Amino acid sequence: MSLRLEAYEIAKDSAVMVALDCEVAPGEVLSIMGPSGCGKSTLLAALIGALPPAFRATGRVFLDGHEITHLPTHARRLGILFQDDILFPHLSVGANLGFGLPSKVPDRKERIAEALHEAGLEGMEARDPSTLSGGQRARVALMRTLLAEPRALLLDEPFSRLDADRRAQMRHFVFERARSRGLPVVLVTHDREDAEAAGGRILSVRGAPL
Amino acid sequence: MARAGLWAALALLSALPLAGLAGVIAPSFGYLPALGGERLSLAPWQALWDWPGLGEAVRLSFVTGLLATAISLSLTLLIVAAWQGTRSFLWVTRALAPLLALPHAAAAFGLAFLIAPSGWIARAISPWATGWERPPDLLILNDPWGLSLVAGLVLKEVPFLLLMTLAALPQSDSRRGQMVARALGYGRVMGWMKAVAPRVYAQIRLPVYAVLAYSMSVVDVALILGPTRPPTLAVQILDWMSHPDLQMRFQAAAGACLQLLLVLGALAFWRLGEGLVARWGAGWAAGGARGVGADRLLRPLGASGALAIGLAVGLGLAGLLLWSFAGLWRFPALLPDVWSLRNWTGQAGDLGRIGATTAWIALGATLIALGLSIAMLQAGGGRWGMRLIYLPLIVPQIAFLPGLASLALILGIDGTAWAVMAVHLVFVLPYVLLSLADPWRAWDARAGLSAASLGARPWRVLWAVRLPMLTRALCVAFAVGFATSVAQYLPTLLIGAGRVSTVTTEAVALAASSNRRLIGVWAVVQMALPMVVFAAALALPALLFRHRQGKQIG
Repeated sequence: MSLRLEAYEIAKDSAVMVALDCEVAPGEVLSIMGPSGCGKSTLLAALIGALPPAFRATGRVFLDGHEITHLPTHARRLGILFQDDILFPHLSVGANLGFGLPSKVPDRKERIAEALHEAGLEGMEARDPSTLSGGQRARVALMRTLLAEPRALLLDEPFSRLDADRRAQMRHFVFERARSRGLPVVLVTHDREDAEAAGGRILSVRGAPL
Repeated sequence: MARAGLWAALALLSALPLAGLAGVIAPSFGYLPALGGERLSLAPWQALWDWPGLGEAVRLSFVTGLLATAISLSLTLLIVAAWQGTRSFLWVTRALAPLLALPHAAAAFGLAFLIAPSGWIARAISPWATGWERPPDLLILNDPWGLSLVAGLVLKEVPFLLLMTLAALPQSDSRRGQMVARALGYGRVMGWMKAVAPRVYAQIRLPVYAVLAYSMSVVDVALILGPTRPPTLAVQILDWMSHPDLQMRFQAAAGACLQLLLVLGALAFWRLGEGLVARWGAGWAAGGARGVGADRLLRPLGASGALAIGLAVGLGLAGLLLWSFAGLWRFPALLPDVWSLRNWTGQAGDLGRIGATTAWIALGATLIALGLSIAMLQAGGGRWGMRLIYLPLIVPQIAFLPGLASLALILGIDGTAWAVMAVHLVFVLPYVLLSLADPWRAWDARAGLSAASLGARPWRVLWAVRLPMLTRALCVAFAVGFATSVAQYLPTLLIGAGRVSTVTTEAVALAASSNRRLIGVWAVVQMALPMVVFAAALALPALLFRHRQGKQIG
């Protein structure tokens, strides 16, 4: 599995903000760094097919050699994690995970229990997400994304809301799972520490190595 | 699907009012083949012109409408300016919000029972202060100047404008504007009026126009509190519409056209006033007067205005309840001498039957309105849609409903519950949409992106994520829609053609009688029905999500 951006550009009012031409190999983490407002989050929104109307994107995106540039969001199979966990507040922890798991998958209960086990949250299926700690919620959000069997992972500063200890743990937790599943990862961040901990290439939004 | 819903809603919102207008314009020039009018003529306008009460009725419409709107708007802005950001403000807004569900007619009856010569206020100060041993012969209700009509309108319009203002505050950056003004040494009220009010007004302009159009042309409140000889133009039009001589309908149509012109004229007049106030206000704000001392007067004034409205409505409703259980009740006793259930038991059959009709019509209209609103919002709504919903609120009911009634007559669907429900929908839809639009937009769109990136198709995102997260807002919108339907008087009367009655038409029909016990019973039911639904709407999400504390469930 690999994610390839071919002459990918995002412009606003004909001013180019993002210009990338790169390939992310399976298990590799590509970090995109830049100050806030440079277009990092817009890039991820464009990749999942939710570009705000004020922007225009050109170029093509390939996942495993298939073009996904014009597919609707739900058909792209790109997992995304935001700064906030965005667990659905009306669903229990287990139901949130079930939402991610494709409906054709058998043994749903076992799969959800395994995912919770992997996240160190055994037996928390029935819990209300709002009763979990920030770190626990972040792990549930990651497991929900992984259960959907994405073919690449996009990270929109997912560690910035966590305190220093949790942050290192969570980074490790996320990158390890992405590597073991062979997922290409694109991380956008304004934090050099996050980018360096990812251990991959670091580029600016214009494609310059940092 | 969502597109189809959007178009259906837009068609409904524009086609019915426009068809109704066409249905009064043609007969006003004598053309209505169904009633034998096959040649164009000016006779209906001539007949309208020859009616001796015309000048006075037109003046009443104008003056009561403008007065009620000006007082309601000033009081609303004063309450917000004086108290925004304080604990009392939260309390006031919470206390006034449920008044939105209260039908105009019930509030008007409550006020009538309070201020009538034999009402609670007169009883409370008699005989020790007034010497009255029997109700004084004063014309307080139905006063020829329309003052009690204005008071009745203000009671209901202030809560409406207050809620609209609250919704506009976040978009007007009011908190920071007020903070800057305060830091520059301005008093609360002065700072708010100069720094925040212009932006807030720009946001609530359409609701204010709706209040003006409504106040000028209201029928049910005017039947209860308004002058009688002559009545306001709107009431007179209804009188002609329900005249046994069907030829009077031509005159009624001319009156309806005149009412529309009057409302348009008043709106233009108001718009002109806006310009003048804006020009004067710019100089006023640049003048730099801090008005710190004014707070001492204006803050209590705003508070007493809010309190007076709360008390008038609260005591009025209590009075209705008491009368419905009263046997003998002599003047000036504060409480009935004899309590009785007879008022209720005597009406039990009618109450059940008509109450059920009312509830079915409201339920149907509201569910359809909810479906259409969701489709409209899902399809993006569009600027057009959000403006068009004000069309049925600004074009006066009395101006286009007579036309729709004629059309219903020609099509042979008048007097059916379905036709009544369809017409209710025209008025229910705007309120449901208004109530749902803000929470809908405030919803965190990333939840939808998360769901879509997990593979959920747009329909699943809507059903499984967005709607459940908006349960509370959906319930409130349902309650608002239900209350709107229950409160409809004119649409029910004109399209129902006397064969479909609801608790509101029954209650208002009693207005001319002096049977306070019966009025009490029907007005209590009229107010209780939407209130019960409102309470249920607040309780339902709490019950459904009792195991969820997430604050994002809006």
